[in-house]
Amino acid sequence: MSGEATGDLTVDVTSAPTRPWHRLRRSVPGVLGLVIMAVLLVVAVLAWLGALPYDPIAQDAPNRLQRPSGAHWFGTDQFGRDVFSRVAAGLANSVLIAGVAVALSAAVGTLAGVVAGYLRGAVDAVFGGVANVFFAFPPLLLALTLVSVLDRTWFTVALAIAVVYVPIFFRVARGPVLSLREQDFVRAAVSTGQNPWATMALHVLPNISGLVIVQTALSLSWAVLTEASLSFLGLGAPPPAPSLGSMIFESRNIVSIANWTMIAPGIIVVLLVAGLNLLGHGLRDAFDVKGRD
Amino acid sequence: MTSQALRRLTWRLVAVAATLFGVALLVFVMLRAIPGDQITASLGTEAAALTPGQQAALREYYGIDQPLVAQFFSWLGELVQGNLGWSVRSRTSVASLTMSALPVTLELALLSILVALAIGIPVGMLAAAAPNTWRDGLGQLVALLGLSVPAFLLASFLLTYAASGVGFNPNGQPYAVPWDSVSALGLNLQQMLLPALTLGFGIAAPIARTTRTAVLSVRDEDFVRTARAKGVGERRLRRRHVLRNALLPVTTMTGLQLGYLLGGAVVVEQIFSLPGIGRQVLLGIQQKDYAVVQSTVLVIALAFVLVNIVTDLAYRVVDPRVRAS
Repeated sequence: MSGEATGDLTVDVTSAPTRPWHRLRRSVPGVLGLVIMAVLLVVAVLAWLGALPYDPIAQDAPNRLQRPSGAHWFGTDQFGRDVFSRVAAGLANSVLIAGVAVALSAAVGTLAGVVAGYLRGAVDAVFGGVANVFFAFPPLLLALTLVSVLDRTWFTVALAIAVVYVPIFFRVARGPVLSLREQDFVRAAVSTGQNPWATMALHVLPNISGLVIVQTALSLSWAVLTEASLSFLGLGAPPPAPSLGSMIFESRNIVSIANWTMIAPGIIVVLLVAGLNLLGHGLRDAFDVKGRD
Repeated sequence: MTSQALRRLTWRLVAVAATLFGVALLVFVMLRAIPGDQITASLGTEAAALTPGQQAALREYYGIDQPLVAQFFSWLGELVQGNLGWSVRSRTSVASLTMSALPVTLELALLSILVALAIGIPVGMLAAAAPNTWRDGLGQLVALLGLSVPAFLLASFLLTYAASGVGFNPNGQPYAVPWDSVSALGLNLQQMLLPALTLGFGIAAPIARTTRTAVLSVRDEDFVRTARAKGVGERRLRRRHVLRNALLPVTTMTGLQLGYLLGGAVVVEQIFSLPGIGRQVLLGIQQKDYAVVQSTVLVIALAFVLVNIVTDLAYRVVDPRVRAS
């Protein structure tokens, strides 16, 4: 998708020295994604700091199923809990779990991909074989199975999601390294007798960073979806921690009399995933990475 | 077939066999990592009341007194002979459970793909017909929504609003086996409608994007220009020349979406009470019926690997250029 503003041909002067950040700010999906994510992150940070209008798990029976109002922006649920506070806390949990999961998989997968692509040979064959095994599972099914056998905490949920995305980062990193290692500047470094690990860290890794950043944003959007699906199925972080998926699950029986209990967490989950997707596409334009779709 | 092609095919088969072995090993390791064992899983807290002698007898009965490596190979040996194990909860073999669940998921997958193609290809073509206009923007917005709306949200929304709004709730009735009778087939299709719409909408997004990109890259090719110069009409040009060639990447994309479909099936089958293979895994997890989980996950992974190979081969058959290279 071309996100560049069209018809603006005066970019010649500025485009030569522009860095990815400047190009991101000129990409329509990129800016939309940045704005959505900035707003959602502010809400998530407020939830982490405990600066919410109500305690997200405090029940208030007399005030059950209140419509959205000045007192309760998104209304209350069947236990009188404030839906806005719960959505904010659920958003914070989603961001935390998806963030930790993708950070883990990006670190492990990228390192493994660089090492395998650079060293080739037996290391490459073994890592590639393991990645193929993980690729043989539909992602959600693998996460589901892993979560079911672990003691469930927010961290094990993040770990299960991380395992699913390690092979994706592995594949994304390994491909370009295969051609990078044949480039003159890498050969020059090798010919000076540089330690291979130093070559990988100083010459190979920086050249795939754009790719990894784009993949990180896109993976975050999938990780949020996976976490929400798991918690919808009752396999996410255990209660009473609020999560967007389990809120939507609980709202199903009362949606006909209190639709805000489904609409509020629903809109937030869609915004979060869409924001990350848009940001990913903006970054793709900014780093000039060819898309997989 | 040249000897080189033969060698490549052999290597491919070896790699697939190695992957499948790895898949079986991973499934085994994952499910043996469960705290507790088959005895506590099937008896629950009552297991604590067993005497050491009874426990030993049960451990021998389930074969879990054997070393793990022996357990793995005996499980693998049984699998190869078609024995997927025994479901403690349903008191039937996992193979017979799977045989009745598999057609449900296959029907759902097929209908979802039809829905996805019916939405995705027109939206993609519409966007490509006028790139960077409002129509293109609208198409991309639909694609973004398809990527961003979780299947469980759309499914919950459709289920509750169809039931409370227009009184359409075929999924409230027991699942109808389509080949039982004509009326059962009718009910079955109604029961499949909302689930297929849910999953189909999710896959329509990548299909629309792929269609848009493919149409845009094909329409500037020489053969399209030649056809236009010969006087081929725009309609015919779009259908016969551009769309036909653009469909190749769309075919691959559709195959690639099967992983999403099989994962999404877990969620959608659960919400719409369809007794498919995804629900079988989830039920196994909830009831701690690990023989069911272990074998069903393996069957799904196997199906996924096979579908990927078939997609790859289909691509070679459809596109002579790939075959030649």
